Amino acid sequence: MNSIRKLDWQEFFIPRLIKASGYSAILFVILIFFFLLRESLPTFGEVSLRQLFSERWYPIEARYGILPLITGSLLVTIGAMVIAVPFGIGTAVFISEIAPRWLREILKPLVELLGGLPSVVLGFLGILVLAPRLRILLDLPTGLTALAGSLLLGGIAVPTIVSIAEDALDAVPLAYREGAWAMGATRWQTIWRVTLPAARSGVLTAVMLGIGRAIGETMTVMMVTGNAPVLATRLDSLFRPVRTMTATIAAEMGEVANASTHYHVLFFIGMVLFLISLAVNLAASSIVFKAKKRAERVLS
Amino acid sequence: MKRSYANRDLIQRLGFSLLTLLALTTVFPILMVVGYIIKEGAPAISWEFLSAMPRDGMRAGGILPAIVGTLYLTIGTAIFSVPLGIAAAIYLSEYARDTFLTRLIRIAIINLAGIPSVVYGLFGLGLFVIFLRFGTSILAASLTLSIMTLPVIISASEEALRAVPQAFRTVSISLGGTQWQTIRRIVLPQALPGILTGVILGLERAAGETAPILFTGAAFFLPRLPDSPMDATMALPYHLFVISTQVPEMPFQIQYGTALVLLIFVLSMNIIATVIRSRARAKRQW
Amino acid sequence: MVDKIVIENLSLTYAEGNESLRHINLKIAANAITVLFGPAGGGKSSLLRCINRLNDLTDIRLLQGKILIDGQNVLDPKTDVIALRRKVGMVFARPVVLPFSIRGNLTYGLELAGEKRKSRLDEAVERSLKLAALWEEVKDRLDDPAVALSGGQQQRLCLARVLANQPEIILLDEPTSGLDPISTGKVEAALQELKHQYTIVLVPHSVQQAARTADYAAFFLQGELVEFGPGRDLFTNPKDKRTEDYVEGRFG
Repeated sequence: MNSIRKLDWQEFFIPRLIKASGYSAILFVILIFFFLLRESLPTFGEVSLRQLFSERWYPIEARYGILPLITGSLLVTIGAMVIAVPFGIGTAVFISEIAPRWLREILKPLVELLGGLPSVVLGFLGILVLAPRLRILLDLPTGLTALAGSLLLGGIAVPTIVSIAEDALDAVPLAYREGAWAMGATRWQTIWRVTLPAARSGVLTAVMLGIGRAIGETMTVMMVTGNAPVLATRLDSLFRPVRTMTATIAAEMGEVANASTHYHVLFFIGMVLFLISLAVNLAASSIVFKAKKRAERVLS
Repeated sequence: MKRSYANRDLIQRLGFSLLTLLALTTVFPILMVVGYIIKEGAPAISWEFLSAMPRDGMRAGGILPAIVGTLYLTIGTAIFSVPLGIAAAIYLSEYARDTFLTRLIRIAIINLAGIPSVVYGLFGLGLFVIFLRFGTSILAASLTLSIMTLPVIISASEEALRAVPQAFRTVSISLGGTQWQTIRRIVLPQALPGILTGVILGLERAAGETAPILFTGAAFFLPRLPDSPMDATMALPYHLFVISTQVPEMPFQIQYGTALVLLIFVLSMNIIATVIRSRARAKRQW
Repeated sequence: MVDKIVIENLSLTYAEGNESLRHINLKIAANAITVLFGPAGGGKSSLLRCINRLNDLTDIRLLQGKILIDGQNVLDPKTDVIALRRKVGMVFARPVVLPFSIRGNLTYGLELAGEKRKSRLDEAVERSLKLAALWEEVKDRLDDPAVALSGGQQQRLCLARVLANQPEIILLDEPTSGLDPISTGKVEAALQELKHQYTIVLVPHSVQQAARTADYAAFFLQGELVEFGPGRDLFTNPKDKRTEDYVEGRFG
């Protein structure tokens, strides 16, 4: 019995330590929010709201209009999703429903590998390989455009979409499919009418998180979009240089003086990004929670 | 009737071809990227390139400080994020009940996973560099990367812990084990390969990141190795960014060589993780 | 006859699921096999899990009454549950071998209690394997993984693992439900030997097994104890109509 008593300090401290670690995730989200708030709040005393949401970003002349950065981020992200959604969901369906086992075992690690490629490597290839080809192909003054950013960002968002969508498709019970086959549906009809609809909340989550991934990506877009803070409102802005919110922070934060107006505005942009990612992820997780509840209702 | 069957068959065949094409178009560029960097970068790799300091404004010599720096940052990230992440995963899988607070933890983890890497950089600048006065240092950068890596490690570890059969826990408790003894002697060892896989994949991401270290610890150029955690450091991803955008007349070979070394660093972690996972699956006794 | 376990007015309801217990009063004799039988969901397993407090792991809505072991109420919150579970071993329906060697499975319980001396551990391995009638089959491969054993051997290993802890009471929850008749026979034979030293509470997987093994038998139906008595009487001459119907196979 004596030796059990010796374990008592472990039995006392370790579960408490473990519990504290569990709660640390909440602490970190709060800390991040707090420090972004702390460094960005002075913005409102230094720059008028009207100026903040104006069309001109030119910090040297104290012009801090973040509208071009927001439209730049939106344009590049939308372009990326136009590419990543069909390719991502298509690949997920292919891997989970069509590919033979051996091919699946090859494709899955390959897509995972794409997810692990450092974004700076893609940006680097974007500068040296992609942009020059785009310039010649489309006869543009420069290949460093929103389009180049969208193409690479699409590639970066694909693994996120594939892995979550594939999990969702995998989770559809085999019985659903067997039911459809038994009624004479082809495999193709089963995919479209049964499997995909049954997995729709997971697929939607995948797309949401893909958007989150694309809008927050920094290095690749900073390297290939040409970094011109001009308002991107028309479709042909795709073929011109733009600049995103993330790239602006990354490019300029290194050169500003602490606690200057420019510094505060960059933190304000960070706060906007943080809130966007919060909204995207809350929405995505509420889809998941709702779907779970629905599943519980159906099963019970 | 016959015609409609033929029709359905045709549609299915078209559909399958389209999906196959989509999947191949997704995968093909990945192989292209890796192949191209290996082909262009391989000639640059030499003992000198890996073991010497940069010279001539980084246009010649080696990239040793960047390699060592990335190694330090990866280890530093592991020191903070691995124990914390595994402990948090143990809490969620073994202790937490389904309460409001537990849900809040899960939402927090999902959100941490989604925060843009450059925002982590801002946070690290605000908290570690300025508020805690760590300065631009390996310490500040590692801490920033740790918090970014945490959700990956927690999610993967929790999944690995939950995969351990519940019956093992019940048996251990019924034999007079405490909950912690059960976790330490059965659950953790059985989940270890899965946890390790998740940890390596998380660290792989940290090793390749640039944005979080931009303002927290990365040095543009440092012709020596850092000698304390309070020093700034060069790092492979940031170095690749610098020499491909900031330095004029940079020889292509050095750029591709640096990209290749970074790729090898990251991919070998990826491969190690995959090997651990598949070997553990083959050896598993349940 | 000594009453090892005395259950007084025990009631139990889970937060989820239907199985429950209502006002159970039962005395379980030392050095005998007491069989708890009846249709599924009658509360037999729940009762077992109360005796070693394994129900602590489950969400319970209501738990009233007393379970006295050697006069001590084990449901008292101040009970040392670790010591209790060492004194009251349990074998489950499916043989769950831990992912260790055969030896590792047997020494696990002792190591939890801090036993490190190799001589003691080796002694416990041999003694418990002999008691569970498994020694001859595995003595040359104690360091092989336990999963390599057959289902019947695995279940006897689980029994041996409990015995290694030197308990006083052994609870068995349908221990032979997954086994073939020969393995079942070996487990039952082992129990007949063990009852001379231990108090055994068995939930059998069939009425036939109940009849074969019971020194005392208790018939449970939907959370109630319908009838209790010596095995001989209960199976040949049940007093309650419901017991008679069940024993003769009219429902179940």
